[in-house]
Amino acid sequence: MSRAIVLAVSLGLLAFASPALAATPQTSINDVEDEVMCPICGTLLQLAESPQAQRERALVKRLIASGKTKAEVKDALVAQYGRNVLALPEGSGFSLSAYLVPAIAFIVAAIALLFGVRRWRRAAKGPPGPGSASGGDRPRGEDAKRLDADLARYDL
Amino acid sequence: MSTRAFLSFLAVCAVIGLLAFGLLSKGETKIAVGEPVPDRELPVLGGHGQGSIADYRGRWVLVNLWASWCIPCRQEAPELDRFAQHYRKRGVSVLGINVQDNSDDALAFLREYNVRYRQLRSVGDERSAAFGSTGVPENFLVDPRGRLALIWRGPVDQSFLEQQVVPIIEGRS
Repeated sequence: MSRAIVLAVSLGLLAFASPALAATPQTSINDVEDEVMCPICGTLLQLAESPQAQRERALVKRLIASGKTKAEVKDALVAQYGRNVLALPEGSGFSLSAYLVPAIAFIVAAIALLFGVRRWRRAAKGPPGPGSASGGDRPRGEDAKRLDADLARYDL
Repeated sequence: MSTRAFLSFLAVCAVIGLLAFGLLSKGETKIAVGEPVPDRELPVLGGHGQGSIADYRGRWVLVNLWASWCIPCRQEAPELDRFAQHYRKRGVSVLGINVQDNSDDALAFLREYNVRYRQLRSVGDERSAAFGSTGVPENFLVDPRGRLALIWRGPVDQSFLEQQVVPIIEGRS
């Protein structure tokens, strides 16, 4: 019997809670305004305080209050202001290069660094070449005589 | 040419190409009196269907680019509405194109200032770019053949309309 009462009370509370849950915004103004632009100001909406930005912010707040998700809010903004309103490039078409180019540049740089390090290590391990200090750079002729004289004078 | 030199050449070409693309894609649109007005089908603001400046072929039409957040547009809108009502029977129309705005605010603006002439809506600033616009409001008088007769990058008032626009329409200038 008591179990039935608890169940009934729980269901009653849920019935009251569900409208409140449904009205809960699924995103927030802070979550949106750092990902969209004020297109006329040319800055992030988060940083803009112009009248145009205030209008756009009010629109975002209205959309959020009506229960729209972040993606839906962004779609609505694109429908009103065009694609320039999005702060992040799209993941398709030419805009995809904004993501691909840095990634490819990073990979190319890493490969170049790897080859460079390998070559440097090989050079360090290998026999001294004609350009190394222990090989062909020994002074010759007059220079060699002067070096020997200096070494003898300073007893090095 | 060695492979390394060829790759360096390709990399330099790619960088120059990207810079050129960036510059060209931001290039300004130039329009001039006597040229065809930039036109395309646009949705009717707050209504159904589409419209364009070409709908007014055979009439004079004063195209007004505006936005609800634009302060000079508030003074201009009633003047334009009076002009539209007064010259309607003389083959002259006013067409508003709402730019850089959202439709809710735009419609509220039209209600507040009792603007009755036809309104189209450009998504974002696409039409501003087509007109080489530097701000709002801007006004463009288009002749019955669809050519620009006057470009005015700023608000208009009664005296401007009477002294600059009407003489062109009446063939006095």
